[in-house]
Amino acid sequence: MDNLNNYLFIAAILFSLGMFGVITRRNGIAVLMGVELILNAANINFVAFSRFGGMNLDGHIFALFVIVLAAAEAAVALAIVINIYNNLHSINVDDASSMSE
Amino acid sequence: MADLIFWFIAAFTILSAALVVLNNQLLYSAIALLFTLFGVAGLYIFLWADFVAGIQLLVYIGGINVLIIFGIMLTNKISSVRLSQTNVQQGVGGVVSIWFCLILFLTISKTSWFGEYSLEPTETVAAVGTLLLTKYLLPFEAISLLLLGALIGAAFLSREGN
Repeated sequence: MDNLNNYLFIAAILFSLGMFGVITRRNGIAVLMGVELILNAANINFVAFSRFGGMNLDGHIFALFVIVLAAAEAAVALAIVINIYNNLHSINVDDASSMSE
Repeated sequence: MADLIFWFIAAFTILSAALVVLNNQLLYSAIALLFTLFGVAGLYIFLWADFVAGIQLLVYIGGINVLIIFGIMLTNKISSVRLSQTNVQQGVGGVVSIWFCLILFLTISKTSWFGEYSLEPTETVAAVGTLLLTKYLLPFEAISLLLLGALIGAAFLSREGN
């Protein structure tokens, strides 16, 4: 627990899992969950480097900004997903390849 | 004892993250995401980031995860529950992800990071607040404007009859 590498390994695993979700999921909301995993991995890295770089709090600020951006992104993405569902009656991201209705 | 709890939280986080991406039922994935976010908040506490952990609980678990569950409930048809949730790229995606993970592991273990830091844990709320209102005042205001814009945009996009 007092070793930077452990946190980086955990974040790397989380990132890879999130990337796997983004690549393989068909459902738009499931893709969004993969993106959340990736953002959390990045956040762990920010906070871990902040702690082991001499408790420099800039990393905490960046983690907070990432969390706020994730909230904005989730709200807008879900609004888009609901619109796609209303127009196409599915949220399969493979179906949503055309810009027109 | 602390080591034991740390490894327990780490394993818990990774297992529930695996459930998020591998589960076939979307609602179960959302619940597993909730446990993942809890685990990450625990890791933040191990990293002495008490304020970030609190915000993680408030915004991620209280806000984003609830939003995702709402999205699932608004868009899931009962008949589509048994549909396959993955596309044909599963093999390629798995290979790419594992390969990327291995490269990250190699890079992390081969790099010499800064030495061991054994500082005393401090509470960070006051320091983070001071930083937000001095050094990071402009980004702080910009991000509040961005949140307002995202809120208005999301409400406009999901309006009835748009």
